[in-house]
Amino acid sequence: MKRRVALKVVGATLGAAAFARALAPLAQLRDDANMDEFLQKNYRELTEEQVGDVIARLQADARKKYGRDDITIKDPHAIEGVEFGYALNLSMCIGCRRCAEACHKENNHDRKTNNSYIRVLEMKQGSMDMGQGNADYDHPVPQKGKYYMPVQCQQCDNAPCVKVCPVQATWKEPDGVVVVDYNWCIGCRYCMAACPYHARRFNWKKPEIPADEINPNQGLLSNRVRPQGVVEKCTFCLHRTRNGQLPACLEACPTGARVFGNLLDPKSDIRWVLENKRVFVLKEELGTRPRFFYFFDV
Amino acid sequence: MARALPLLPTLAALTAVIACNAPVQERTKQPAPGPASHPVTIRQPAALGGLLVKGTSANAQKMHVGCDTCHSLRTPATVPRDTKQLSSIHRGLKVQHGRLPCTSCHDSKSPQNLRLASGERISSAEVMRLCGQCHGSQKRDYDHGAHGGMQGYWDLSRGPRTRNNCVHCHAPHTPAYVGGRPVLPLKDRFLSPNTGGNR
Repeated sequence: MKRRVALKVVGATLGAAAFARALAPLAQLRDDANMDEFLQKNYRELTEEQVGDVIARLQADARKKYGRDDITIKDPHAIEGVEFGYALNLSMCIGCRRCAEACHKENNHDRKTNNSYIRVLEMKQGSMDMGQGNADYDHPVPQKGKYYMPVQCQQCDNAPCVKVCPVQATWKEPDGVVVVDYNWCIGCRYCMAACPYHARRFNWKKPEIPADEINPNQGLLSNRVRPQGVVEKCTFCLHRTRNGQLPACLEACPTGARVFGNLLDPKSDIRWVLENKRVFVLKEELGTRPRFFYFFDV
Repeated sequence: MARALPLLPTLAALTAVIACNAPVQERTKQPAPGPASHPVTIRQPAALGGLLVKGTSANAQKMHVGCDTCHSLRTPATVPRDTKQLSSIHRGLKVQHGRLPCTSCHDSKSPQNLRLASGERISSAEVMRLCGQCHGSQKRDYDHGAHGGMQGYWDLSRGPRTRNNCVHCHAPHTPAYVGGRPVLPLKDRFLSPNTGGNR
């Protein structure tokens, strides 16, 4: 064989191998990946009808995967004349983390990692430095000389996470809740870097939950089981709160440190707290304008 | 460069296609909340108006004896002023509630009932009125939903709400909140390795 021919054959073989290697991921497509999902538009560009199709597809997938016919995915819309607000009494919180546990169950979080949208910081009395807070405590609470500060999404009106998203997969809803379109998110995690409250979580893998522990009451933009590689966050339990119910973390709180309600209703509990307690917001100097308020009893 | 010029319109058209987002769809809002049509119920603890006694019942439940079990039949001559004078089932009761004598809360003439500072006799079910006499700021916060656990609906036009009673969390004789061990320990990818953490 001539040298020239041999080189041609080797070149062609290498080229063919490289081409095959480049196409290999196509052969390993996940079972749940399909054309509909690939072509799905951003939630905010979907018509009502298209949202219905998306929900039908996701719901059928979820029912099949977990073998549970009671899983329902809904997309409750914001309520006219309602903007949500949340307040938390730091004098009352005892750091029991039941709110974090309730969130874990309500929002279908990965069981192995104890993931939750709420992180309770054990803080030294007299200090307001979140960086010094300990989220890893595991001893009887409340401890002397400490106070406890649960931190979750502050649903900022001037939300840095929304601004940095390069694909507009996260936005602020009319009732003040910042949501994520899990099908549109590309997992770049800019929003996590931008959030001053460390309120967002990333799905390094698809959450694993035993079928009998799945919360079947699911929202398209809230607690449906997230895909791998997307960012998620607290949504004030919008699948509950837009149905008039209290958020799961509030219901679990044994002390009543948490107050939730409609900021536009002058007779609501949250308005009474804002008007009568000395409330403050976390990292006010950043200008994020949170809808989550903290206060101490004086 | 001159040869690339005819490509420009194509490039412009392509950019337009990519940049042209579909319009944001406005979602119709749900109607505004109506007037409150559902009740707020304060839960009544089983132990209210009675005593937990030592031992368990045949089905391993805590046993609870209502005040009326004895006091509908007999009434002591006087309600004692402090715990040392307690007799029979009440012996050994631990009281850490300021320096209050028994009669601050218990009606001396009918021990199954409570007594307000005004002298008014109230049933044990109305215990929150009694607590509120001294713990005014807590009562005020409770009345505005800023103290005490609750479940149900923030929007009372859609559903009811239930609330805890004072004595759910504060045992009347030893009212300081006891606390406990926290649940759901953090499994942090960085703080606790090998957990396959997610935060």
